[in-house]
Amino acid sequence: MTFNDVAQFLVVVAALALTVPVMGAYMARVYSGATSRLERVFRPVEGLVYRACGVDPESEQTWRGYVTSVLAFSAVSVLVLYGIQRLQEWLPLNPAHIGAPSAPLAWNTAVSFVTNTNWQNYSGETAMSLFTQMAGLTVQNFVSAAVGIAVAVALIRALSRSRTATLGNFWVDLVRGTVRVLLPVAALAAIVLVANGVIENLNAPQLVHTVVGARQSLPGGAVASQEAIKELGTNGGGFFNANSAHPFENPNGFTNVVEIWLLLLIPFSLAWTFGVMVQRRRQGIAILAAMALLWAGSVLPAMALEAHGNPLLGPGINQRASATVVGGNLTGKEVRFGAAPSALFNASATATSTGAVNSMSDSYTALGGGVLLVNMMLGEVSPGGVGSGLYGMLILAILSVFIAGLMVGRTPEYLGKKVQAAEMKLIGLYILIVPACVLVATALSLSLPSVRASLLNHGAHGLTEMLYAFTSASNNNGSAFAGLNGNTTFLNTALGVCMLIGRFALIVPVMAIAGSLGRKGRIPDSAGTLRTDTALFATLLIGVTVIVVGLTYFPVVTLGPIVEHLVTHA
Amino acid sequence: MMRRVLRASLVMLLSLSVLTGIAYPLVLTGIAQVGMPGRANGSLLYAHGRAVGSALIGQAFTSAAGQPLPQYFQPRPSAANYDALASGGTNLGPSNPVLLRSVARLARAYRAFNHLAPGTPVPVDAVTTSGSGLDPDISIANALLQAPRVAAARHLSRARVRALVQRYTQGRILGILGEPVVNVLELNLALDRLGRH
Repeated sequence: MTFNDVAQFLVVVAALALTVPVMGAYMARVYSGATSRLERVFRPVEGLVYRACGVDPESEQTWRGYVTSVLAFSAVSVLVLYGIQRLQEWLPLNPAHIGAPSAPLAWNTAVSFVTNTNWQNYSGETAMSLFTQMAGLTVQNFVSAAVGIAVAVALIRALSRSRTATLGNFWVDLVRGTVRVLLPVAALAAIVLVANGVIENLNAPQLVHTVVGARQSLPGGAVASQEAIKELGTNGGGFFNANSAHPFENPNGFTNVVEIWLLLLIPFSLAWTFGVMVQRRRQGIAILAAMALLWAGSVLPAMALEAHGNPLLGPGINQRASATVVGGNLTGKEVRFGAAPSALFNASATATSTGAVNSMSDSYTALGGGVLLVNMMLGEVSPGGVGSGLYGMLILAILSVFIAGLMVGRTPEYLGKKVQAAEMKLIGLYILIVPACVLVATALSLSLPSVRASLLNHGAHGLTEMLYAFTSASNNNGSAFAGLNGNTTFLNTALGVCMLIGRFALIVPVMAIAGSLGRKGRIPDSAGTLRTDTALFATLLIGVTVIVVGLTYFPVVTLGPIVEHLVTHA
Repeated sequence: MMRRVLRASLVMLLSLSVLTGIAYPLVLTGIAQVGMPGRANGSLLYAHGRAVGSALIGQAFTSAAGQPLPQYFQPRPSAANYDALASGGTNLGPSNPVLLRSVARLARAYRAFNHLAPGTPVPVDAVTTSGSGLDPDISIANALLQAPRVAAARHLSRARVRALVQRYTQGRILGILGEPVVNVLELNLALDRLGRH
């Protein structure tokens, strides 16, 4: 890695250090119902929505009411998005006259965007009309993100309140998150992107005659607006097939860093929001530190591995970076970013459940690709998706407290809330659901010869392709080893089921835990309380994350990336 | 109770769709079209008054038969054939024999085309496909190795072509972000303009 590669990493760190406390404090105000300086803009818009939906913004819901609303809203979202795709031929804004995607593909895409996964089995340029991209996909980019944050905020309220039956109002959290957090930041970011060359228009593909007289169609679309929320909402579904590798999505080294910052902003900031809302800022910083160290611990090795290059290319190929050579493993990467900053993007995107790529993960070095895979396997907590990252990490924090409690023989408690059998059963469920889904589905798919035909690469790399797909779907990431052809009836359906399980089979236990913790009173800290706002606890939390979640996958990672690495370097 | 929740869900989705799916992109498209129309519409480049492509999207400089033209700087190989409606990479894994054979073949072709001695190290960007298949740029080393061939084909001095390469080299943004690269389409358009005078 060159000095310049490290400098770009530090630029991202510095940008986050400056913005996370501001954004975190702002979100704490938004979700505590505080008024804003733009109240005159926000309130009438929100009032209109509440009245149309018959929602009383002053009322609160129990955990059951809250989670019922989450599920109902998501179910309706899947149906509507499915309908928009299947009817796009007859809907407006389809200048390229694109037909309807097949039923399995439309189902996969609908589930994918509603669960904030954004796995894409279609090619954006040719499969979705501008209307579907705007009124279907962009909408879910916003609301699926707002749903994730809402669930996290409900869990924060359960921890910050004492003996409460209610955890806030889902509809209010959804609307305030969309209107006050996501929309303004996305709009500002979109303008920055356009200023750097990301397109924003409603044109059909434009035919030009190139310098040598060939024909080239340049695509159109409201790309910048979708790009901004794609990163900010940790969605990741690209307007184009090549996602953020496409120059119209990510034109230069500056937009590359802006997009990386955008996708990390809310997941990290929510840890800060947590600290503010439980009125113990250090608690938030401990969670933030664990997330940040896990992130840096995966991003830096991935950058170094990709900058090092592919040893199999031989001595006739110059992969060593210099003032004139863009070095590293450049297959599937753009020269304007460079190898290490490409890995910085992809590793951040897999650590945040964004799943966007600015380079093709399938062509990463064996271990570089392995880092991306492990990022997702950790359950998306480093820092994870918007909302899902924080609630995932809080669940692991409670588990850490429990494990530490067992070691020292004390009743475990987190933020003064006793952790008891009811919560631990739900946490056990939470921990097991995703690995079970990933491993069973991967094994099943690889045992079917017709499904194996979808693999592009063979041997250990082929295993990684399939494992990557189900890991990505079940963890709601959406990142792909794009060599796998997922657009088959079996994979569309199976990946869709995994996405639903990975989202809602986790949200329900999280909300049940929130309901249970909310009802408890707060025990005052004593000399015997395990402090959860220290460096020691952050270290414990990292250890629990790596051991409990990560090691579940160790055997299968050995058969995939590790075997491939050993073969490559033999 | 369930009916009420489903109704609220549907109305909520529709209201938020109007806000985020229609108002948001349309307002931004309006701002972009008024404030930055050139960039919002694809950063087009013109020659003889007509658009010949986008500064951001690579294009092929080959003959009708698909042979690379020596008088033009050649972009990176593309898995998408520079079809801007079919962006993507090869997705070949690092140990895939297809990738390794393709890199070796491309390196041989690059050396032959640019009259380099066998075994001359070739910059990796010249023999690998990009992620988008539309990479508009090449590394400086790649451009400098091509410069003598282009100069010969155009009967220009090598120094003149090298100076042009230098002029169309884009440095790192703010001195830190990204890599220094040469935009192939801009450079080739500049060469064509030289030829006319």
